[in-house]
Amino acid sequence: MSGDHSSSVISAEVRHVEALLEARGLLDAGEIDTRIDEFLAGGSPANGARIVARAWVDPGFTARLLADANTAIREVGLSMAGGLQEQRLKVVANTAEQHNVVVCTLCSCYPIALLGPSPSWYKSEAYRSRVVRDPRGVLSEFGLELPAGTSIAVWDASAESRYMVLPRRPEGTDVLPEAELAGLVTRKGLIGTAAV
Amino acid sequence: MSTDRFAPGDRVRTRATDPAGHTRLPRYARGAVGVVVERAGEHPLADERARGRSPSAQAVYHVQFRAAELFGAGDHTVTVELWEDYLTPIEEAR
Repeated sequence: MSGDHSSSVISAEVRHVEALLEARGLLDAGEIDTRIDEFLAGGSPANGARIVARAWVDPGFTARLLADANTAIREVGLSMAGGLQEQRLKVVANTAEQHNVVVCTLCSCYPIALLGPSPSWYKSEAYRSRVVRDPRGVLSEFGLELPAGTSIAVWDASAESRYMVLPRRPEGTDVLPEAELAGLVTRKGLIGTAAV
Repeated sequence: MSTDRFAPGDRVRTRATDPAGHTRLPRYARGAVGVVVERAGEHPLADERARGRSPSAQAVYHVQFRAAELFGAGDHTVTVELWEDYLTPIEEAR
């Protein structure tokens, strides 16, 4: 199980291996940090929010997004190809009938390019183990009380796909322009632990 | 090699065994019956890669389970992404 390793035995082992690789000339000093920085660069929940706002104003985009998210997000200048290989993105849309929530029970898989680095609670064993069993209870602890008639779909990112939730457009936002709509969307909304 | 044994709507049972090493079949989803909802590309089996091997790619699927099937209670669904190797057609499993 993964978790916070900052002072753990495995951290010391990783630093030791890194030092050996550098000593043998297989790795430049600081290269791993540089690669991680490159991977994280530009990753922000503002990206996911932009996708959502476009989907709210453009039903055609929504349809393309739900059918093939990797291709659709290129229309707003985004991509899942920032890592070693392009990761498959699946966007799941909330409706009046169904609310979606994302977890990675095995570790902490997450679409960093669209949501930025994941929050600590997403990586916690409590969230990962409980949300698959009792999503309604966990969402309630996040302050999200769903109507009894709304079913819940949990998505476990157990393999190579990454997930993002498309929240429902809040009522009373008909007059807002796309950029302001994006400002309504939160990281929790994109994971499914908030309504928007 | 693309295998593609399953299509959306197929009922499948997941492997029940606890492997000695790494796997991406979560414990809570073992030995359970679910429905294939979508093919999710093809990738080398993570279990084999973790053992230092270079397996060929095989199909990966989104498989949806009812919470009651997994945990004995609950009215939600859980959709897990599973490699073909983890899955048996439901007819064969019986």
